[in-house]
Amino acid sequence: MASKQYAWVGRDCVSCGSCLKVCPMTAIRIWKGVAARIDKGRCVGCGKCVQECPAGVIALAKREETA
Amino acid sequence: MKQGKKQWYEYLWIVTPIYLGLGFFNILFAWLGMVFFCLPLLIAIFGGEKRYCNRYCDRGQFFQLLGKKLKLSGNRPTPRWMRSKGFRYGFLIFFFVMFFQMLYTTWLVGSGARNLGEVIKLFWTFQVPWHWAYHGEAVPPWVAQYAFGFYSMMLTSTLIGLIVMALYKPRSWCVFCPMGTTTQLICRLRAGRPEEEERKCGACCGQKEEGRDA
Repeated sequence: MASKQYAWVGRDCVSCGSCLKVCPMTAIRIWKGVAARIDKGRCVGCGKCVQECPAGVIALAKREETA
Repeated sequence: MKQGKKQWYEYLWIVTPIYLGLGFFNILFAWLGMVFFCLPLLIAIFGGEKRYCNRYCDRGQFFQLLGKKLKLSGNRPTPRWMRSKGFRYGFLIFFFVMFFQMLYTTWLVGSGARNLGEVIKLFWTFQVPWHWAYHGEAVPPWVAQYAFGFYSMMLTSTLIGLIVMALYKPRSWCVFCPMGTTTQLICRLRAGRPEEEERKCGACCGQKEEGRDA
């Protein structure tokens, strides 16, 4: 079953990669050195990356209900 | 899931204390710091990635180790002003102005217009005697001057990183690290227009400003 929330990356990501190291699902990658990208499908919304991000640009969002 | 086995590059944090330690005994080791200066740029220019920051940065790992494992970090959110584009780019400009000033001083010493200063400058202001680390080696004075200048820059940035690590998140330094900002700019130029790419990949990535929790 999919988790109820997922992490997303806002603007101003500094692509330091701190989030990569803490993600238990390896759902994060750095897109072309510009910004972190989170695979919604793999993210379990644990929030570890939110706590880790020094730039404070990762937040949790509620997953939309699907029928 | 997270890999159990540690990779070799996860031990690179050791490079930071070794580098600063070597510079304490012989300032010429400061030249080794050129690796930390050139490698991220080369990876960004030719690879279009911030792999150095993401994987190999010894300093980032060092702050992570002290802040997280040894719990020396206050772990408070990095202040908004410190995360702002204005501060990041402002610090980048300031850092490179200071770097070019250091190159100018090296040139003055090389041309004989100035004597070698056996001091390091902390926070670009405070002169600290460091004469014991220079043994009058058979190198031109400008080589030693550059080493003093470069070591000053490396020590100052490490100290700033340690201060922000203690006050905020372990890797708060990464937010305004001049090398990180420069390599990100290079990657951004290479990547073209990220907006286009975001639109294409919006289906799988949590990237768009949607459904954000209040």
